[in-house]
Amino acid sequence: MSVASELEFTTSEVMTVVASRELRDGMTCFVGIGLPSTAANLARLHHAPRLVLVYESGTIGAKPRRLPLSIGDGELAETADAVVGVPEIFNYWLQGGHIDVGMLGAAQIDRLANLNSTVIGSYDSPRVRLPGAGGAPEIAGSSRSVIVVMRQSRRSFVERLDFVTSVGFGEGPGDRARLGLRGRGPVLVVTDLGLLRPDPETCELVLTHVHPGVSPEQVREATGWDLRVADDLETTAAPTAAELKILRSLEATKGADG
Amino acid sequence: MAEILGLAEAVAELVHDGDCVALEGFTHLIPFAAGHEVIRQARRDLTVARLTPDLISDQLIGMGCVARLVFSWGGNPGVGSLHRFRDAVEHGWPAPLALEEHSHAGLTNRYVAGASGLPFAVLRAYAGTDLARLSGQVAEVTCPFTGERLAAVPALNPDVAIVHAQRADGEGNVQLWGISGVQKEAVLAARRSLVTVEEVVDELTPRPGALVLPGWAVTAVAVAPGGAYPSYAAGYYDRDNAFYQEWDLVSKARETFLAWMREHVLEPSAVA
Repeated sequence: MSVASELEFTTSEVMTVVASRELRDGMTCFVGIGLPSTAANLARLHHAPRLVLVYESGTIGAKPRRLPLSIGDGELAETADAVVGVPEIFNYWLQGGHIDVGMLGAAQIDRLANLNSTVIGSYDSPRVRLPGAGGAPEIAGSSRSVIVVMRQSRRSFVERLDFVTSVGFGEGPGDRARLGLRGRGPVLVVTDLGLLRPDPETCELVLTHVHPGVSPEQVREATGWDLRVADDLETTAAPTAAELKILRSLEATKGADG
Repeated sequence: MAEILGLAEAVAELVHDGDCVALEGFTHLIPFAAGHEVIRQARRDLTVARLTPDLISDQLIGMGCVARLVFSWGGNPGVGSLHRFRDAVEHGWPAPLALEEHSHAGLTNRYVAGASGLPFAVLRAYAGTDLARLSGQVAEVTCPFTGERLAAVPALNPDVAIVHAQRADGEGNVQLWGISGVQKEAVLAARRSLVTVEEVVDELTPRPGALVLPGWAVTAVAVAPGGAYPSYAAGYYDRDNAFYQEWDLVSKARETFLAWMREHVLEPSAVA
């Protein structure tokens, strides 16, 4: 057994590390707050020093020395290559086609990777009123690719969304083109249990990896639809000591003042 | 030329019951002091437009000032839910809250159309989502040149826009820098505008990247030092992240919320 696999790590940490590995040097990444922001900063400090972090507050090329609490912390503006207004960030930079990868979370996802971040229950009398769309629909539409990061359970991985906030593959193959969405859509869903990728023909999410110590049955049990498991199911590489060290020192700075 | 007024006087003059009030500031320069003055003056039946309703909106909603919210993301950034917003939507307390909900890009482009003197704006958005059929504020248009189908959103022209900036001069020229959100668009789209500032200076020294709103394009300027707290004003003070985390507890129950508002906002001696 390698040293790394003996390290203890939390499910949040494995999600963050695995998501960060998808971000390559030189990419432009539209970053949401929370886990996506942590993952993007981990990637920047670990293996992708020229990863361009774009936050919807208009900060382009932010290089925060500590993790921001909000998408508009002063730290992001102070360390950015450019600070632009909100109309510009959405119209020119995102809709204009300058973003390689968008990272999104949501409260619910369906088998075609459509996302709900609006309400649980009916819209008019919701059981839970969530914050709403924010930048997600256009990030999902216009980024060249999308990575979704969310915890997996029957409540979040559902047969039918209560509300479609952001489009993954709509109702199936060809739908994105029909709707005029220019990006490829979700290429990967990172959960606390494993990784799901869309089937190239049907667009349906398929379990391709489980995290160390997780069984495919466990993942199917945590999914609200009959989840397909890839024939060549693999196990994700556990977080390394170097990844965990950077991640934990980043987490310790979250929202800290000066 | 903008009038330089006291904050109470400016709100009394510019914000009326039933108005559509845009309160903008994207995480940075959120006009808390002006919002608190609206609460103290007990404005009612407001339509509040704001991309990111956060704590100031939670306070306005919980104090019963807001009948309708035009928004795109309502939460406590990095912390979680807005409890007063949720209580209004989920239980109608203290009053039912009508929602008109967009994406950031959709609502932003409504301001852009409003500021541009156009009846609508066009964007590549909303297709395939439930947002499109909700608000009745999204339509599909066909590009007359390419035949592409795109989304159209109607112009938003608020009765009054309220924003906070770093400083102004005696003529009411306003200088604002750092994350600038949709403040310029909101001010130019609105019929009236109020800009609160950290300070009025003799002369506005040019700053790279700063946005200037000429005094003749602003209705009134009011000095409100610390007026964006607990959000921040670049060059003046930092965001009080701990306050945002504490608000989660303060606002969870109606009683603690009301007690906090009484102590910190309604009592004139506690005006920040």
